[in-house]
Amino acid sequence: MSRYILRRLIAMPFLVLGIVTIAFLITTVTKGDPLTAIVAEQQMSNPEVVAAAKARWGLDRPLPERYMIYLGNLLSGDLGTSFITKRNVGTDILYRLPATLELVFAAMIFGTVLGISLGVLAAYFRNSLIDHGARLFALFGSSLPVFWSGLGLLFIFSVILGWLPGPGRLDARLALPPSVTGFLTIDSLLAGDLTVFRDALWHLMLPAFVLGWTVSGTISRLVRANMLDVMSREFVLTARAKGAGEFRVVVVHALRNTLVPTLTVIGYSFAYLITGAVLTETIFSWPGMGSYAVEAARALDFPAIIGVTIVGGLAFLVTNLLTDIAYVVANPRVRLG
Amino acid sequence: MSVTQLSTAPGASIGEPLLSIRGLRVGFRRGGAQFEAVRGIDLDVARGEVVGIVGESGSGKSVGMLAALGLASSNAIVTGSVRFKGEELVGKPAREMRTIRGARIAMIFQDPLSSLNPVMTVGAQIAEAIRLHQRLTRKQAMARAVELLSLVAIPQPERRVHQYPHEFSGGMRQRAVIAMAVANDPDLLIADEPTTALDVTVQAQILSVLRSLQERLGLGLILITHDLGVVAGHADRVAVVYSGRVVEQATVTRLFADPRHPYTRGLIASIPNLEDSRERLFSIDGAPPALGRLPGGCAFHPRCVHAEARCRTDDPPLLDIGDRLSACHFATTLPPFHGLAATEIGSVAS
Repeated sequence: MSRYILRRLIAMPFLVLGIVTIAFLITTVTKGDPLTAIVAEQQMSNPEVVAAAKARWGLDRPLPERYMIYLGNLLSGDLGTSFITKRNVGTDILYRLPATLELVFAAMIFGTVLGISLGVLAAYFRNSLIDHGARLFALFGSSLPVFWSGLGLLFIFSVILGWLPGPGRLDARLALPPSVTGFLTIDSLLAGDLTVFRDALWHLMLPAFVLGWTVSGTISRLVRANMLDVMSREFVLTARAKGAGEFRVVVVHALRNTLVPTLTVIGYSFAYLITGAVLTETIFSWPGMGSYAVEAARALDFPAIIGVTIVGGLAFLVTNLLTDIAYVVANPRVRLG
Repeated sequence: MSVTQLSTAPGASIGEPLLSIRGLRVGFRRGGAQFEAVRGIDLDVARGEVVGIVGESGSGKSVGMLAALGLASSNAIVTGSVRFKGEELVGKPAREMRTIRGARIAMIFQDPLSSLNPVMTVGAQIAEAIRLHQRLTRKQAMARAVELLSLVAIPQPERRVHQYPHEFSGGMRQRAVIAMAVANDPDLLIADEPTTALDVTVQAQILSVLRSLQERLGLGLILITHDLGVVAGHADRVAVVYSGRVVEQATVTRLFADPRHPYTRGLIASIPNLEDSRERLFSIDGAPPALGRLPGGCAFHPRCVHAEARCRTDDPPLLDIGDRLSACHFATTLPPFHGLAATEIGSVAS
């Protein structure tokens, strides 16, 4: 087991290098000229200004040299300077990342709780109304684009019913709690400010649900299929013959045996959401990495684009590694074999 | 279908039996059609008695016992009567059935590979069985699990109790399953093909573990099997099941020495015999009827060498013919049959 994890760990630096290289190269093959992001339009015809800008940002040097400089800076933790904000990209991302992570964590809670419970119910009450309902819910979740479901739900719950607040992370009239984790819900609790906590939580509900819905479909379908398989196995009959109640049979015996494949899909969903929260963040004006990435892409802010790509890739790698570790822990046959 | 007076039947126990099954039927609705997997089983089991139920796969012997315990699938329609210590089990609320299952009546299944939960330690599973019915702490239950494992002769039970099923061999898993079944000191144990999935050498060990427990704990034991050897070696009484019905019921000695149903005769004739110089093994022609495609009259008549006209129209009831029960029109007039004596039965038993 430890050898397997060790091998994965050894592979990590190479994968990271691959991600960095590809992210760096992609920006060089795009049509857009980064100079348009740096130099004002009316100055573009002025060769002196253009040459100065090129020299300032190192765009006059050959690609391999730029790549080596970038790698060198990266090793010392420097992701470069954003063309637009003129701040360090790393600082920008660190400032934005907690918002995304808070959204994704909340979305995963929705996604896994809904996905697992609907999957279990659908399998247990197979071919019943519950099963069909769960199937429909999963279908909509996986196939409705978030800009559609997000706007629709915003319209219903925020505009018409007024139950939930509109876009944003927090009511503009409220003061941000002192940043500890960057998660508004946790920071407000740490600061003992329940008003902010409640408002942050309400703001989180809708985007988290919309995002969680997209992955709950995959999870519930997988859980249903696995549950059907496991429920027909003899140890389920043994558990019933012992006198165990149905809840115990289903949750303790059957569900636990579907955990391994479920963990895998949850891990991948998490990684997918970190990189896939872009649209949801845009719709809900969520000041996270996704909206940062969109702004960067619009402005051809290459250092920011590369930075976001690398961080997203890293998140993917780390989540997959954690998934593999969880897989090993949850499965005694792998653990001991 | 008629039900005979089994309480006075030969071989049946005196006084109230531990388990008394009368006219048990199990039907399934599939699509628009309805099928009967069990078409009326009558059976008595006394305290400390070993009863074998013999029949081919699909004959309804397992389904019948599962239904008796309320473990048939949810689309099953169960009718008839199953009385356990005088208490009717058919139609009993699920909550009450759970207090009986695993406590007073335990059941073990064919495949020890899949009848233990792969992600729980063996000890945890035995402890669970205990704690479902007894007020013990986790620690006490685990200590009891160790005792139970040593009771079924598993070496190093203190270490084994913390292992997962995949670390056990097939025979050891079945021992662990047996340990789990007797964890609450039940009155009745139903063993559904307990040795079928095991190697021949291991089969004998498992049967002897079952038997010694049965004798020590005074268990009633129902051995469901398709293996006549197992029945011959270990049962006091045998019920032969064909197409969802008991066709003959007698003590082991009588059944093997002088079977009074053509199906039983066919089964006994197909037992391989080392002293016999016949080159080919005897086998009953044809195959058992499919569910829902029962022939009219006696279900066995298409395969029966003695079948006559009335067998095609009249389904014979299970009748007391003096020393046993038989469901054959010609039970008393069948030609002589070279049965097996007790000693020969012993050699058959694995």
